[in-house]
Amino acid sequence: MSTASVEVAAPLVRRKPPWSIRRRRLLLSIANHSLLIAAAIIFLLPFVFITLTALMTNDQALSPRLWPSPFQWDNFIEVFRQAPLWRWALNTMLYAGLATLGVLVSSIPVAYALSRIRWRGRNFAFGLVLIAMMLPPVILVVPLYVMWAKLHLVGSLAPLIIPAWFGDAFSIFLLRQFFMTIPEEYLDAARVDGCGELRILATVVLRLAKPAIAAVTLFSFLYCFSDFFLPLLYLSENPDRWVLQIGLAEFRSLHQVQWNLTMAATLLVMAPVIVVFFLAQRAFVEGVTLTGVKG
Amino acid sequence: MAPWLIGFSVFFGYPLVMSTYLSFTHYDLLSPPKWIGLANYKFIFNDDPLVGPAVRNTLWIIGVMIPLQVIFAFGVALMLARAKRGVGFFRTIFYLPALAPPVAATLAFVYILNPATGPVNVVLEKLGIEETPLWFQSPGWSKPSLTLLGMWGVGNIMIIFLAAILDVPKQLYESAELDGAGPLQRLRWVTFPTISPVILFAIVIGVIAGLQYFTQAYVAANVASGQASQAGDQTVNNLGYPEASTLFYPVLLYQQGFRYFNMGYAAALTMLLLVVAFTITLLIIRNSRRWVHYAGAVK
Repeated sequence: MSTASVEVAAPLVRRKPPWSIRRRRLLLSIANHSLLIAAAIIFLLPFVFITLTALMTNDQALSPRLWPSPFQWDNFIEVFRQAPLWRWALNTMLYAGLATLGVLVSSIPVAYALSRIRWRGRNFAFGLVLIAMMLPPVILVVPLYVMWAKLHLVGSLAPLIIPAWFGDAFSIFLLRQFFMTIPEEYLDAARVDGCGELRILATVVLRLAKPAIAAVTLFSFLYCFSDFFLPLLYLSENPDRWVLQIGLAEFRSLHQVQWNLTMAATLLVMAPVIVVFFLAQRAFVEGVTLTGVKG
Repeated sequence: MAPWLIGFSVFFGYPLVMSTYLSFTHYDLLSPPKWIGLANYKFIFNDDPLVGPAVRNTLWIIGVMIPLQVIFAFGVALMLARAKRGVGFFRTIFYLPALAPPVAATLAFVYILNPATGPVNVVLEKLGIEETPLWFQSPGWSKPSLTLLGMWGVGNIMIIFLAAILDVPKQLYESAELDGAGPLQRLRWVTFPTISPVILFAIVIGVIAGLQYFTQAYVAANVASGQASQAGDQTVNNLGYPEASTLFYPVLLYQQGFRYFNMGYAAALTMLLLVVAFTITLLIIRNSRRWVHYAGAVK
């Protein structure tokens, strides 16, 4: 970056800009911040309304009053009593956990092969990854459903978990982009020391690629946690295997018009994601940025 | 590499071939597929009364909602890039809704926007607006309601834009300013070209997401229709409620394939979506060469 030269020159010419310009800048900055604050409040309001409603009595949730009186904290206990939330959560964890593990185990070697090993057909294979990533997954559901139906696995978690163990295009892409940034010298040094490619991957690359791997883990887990379409296809006939999202979507049909309980359940389903976000904010933002800027 | 190739053939190649085959058959999962030639495709183009609305609704998403999302995300990112204080704080707030699982976010919006006692209409009435919208209950407002929901969850694109805008080299702005460019001109001739690859990325991702827009529509229709009948009557077909205004192409596909188990017909719908998705993506990327600027690229 050549900003250094600008900084060197700056002290010589630095003087306060005229008052009119400073005032204009200040006003613009105030306008900008007020807009931001207004937008931020609007963005937070849905969360506020959900929380307030989750604390209301049922009658009150159906009235135009916005503030709960009295606060009914029991709603959060009542939700667990009325719906098998724990079972749904367990199924969700099984799906998200096993699928994420599969994505990692299968995608890391592929990404490595696509980025740091030269072989014939590599560009072609990478093209396939890009195509797989670009095409809407919806287009494959019909034949896949037929396949799982023939295997009598519809109604189990298998159709959701097994494909993840054969690699996920998006994760492969993201990891490859990161692996490309690792300096070749590190790998060559390991090769000179007699490391095989697998050992290089396990020792050098995995250690250097921690941020990317963290991002892929987070994205994959969150994707599965929030996934609705595939569970709807494969699990809706079998309530024992419902995941949280299916349960939540059906919650209102099961409990008629109890908006207060529905909002309490909604909040409970959102909470884990938000907690995870605050624990791993940096990995998130870096990961999201990685998908875009280097794409 | 090998396991992925196996996976790719099993979960990508095989379905693609199988889907093509099934699209020429009548198949209900129970009896073996029966070859019926082009009948499925003829039915899609000539007879199915729901294909028209489904295509129009999906085009609405791609033509109205996605551009609004991209513009909105860009605007917020610009404001954030200019903010001197609290960037991290604001960024968190704008990103948070993108994390909310779609089912949960949709439920929240159906409640917040419910016509009778929902907080938004209560506030609107207090502001003196007499005819408050019926939101998810009216065919005219259901898609705008979904759009509001979409704009709430725009955090991912916003963060990508923000990172790109902050990456624009400062000297470019300085030299533009020396040349007498005002703020708008700097936006048009410096910011926009420099981050154009990211804008392209956002549009492509948006279009692909628009083509498979499903979860929000499904949940909103399901919950809003239950709210209208107040009986939770499961026999009523609530997909697309109200009046097929949220019947998007993937919803139609789901209905045919997984409610009626017309697998052959659903496969035909799928093949059309595949062709359209491929063509649109290709068209966007080809056209983009004219306006996307790659720093350091020869051409």
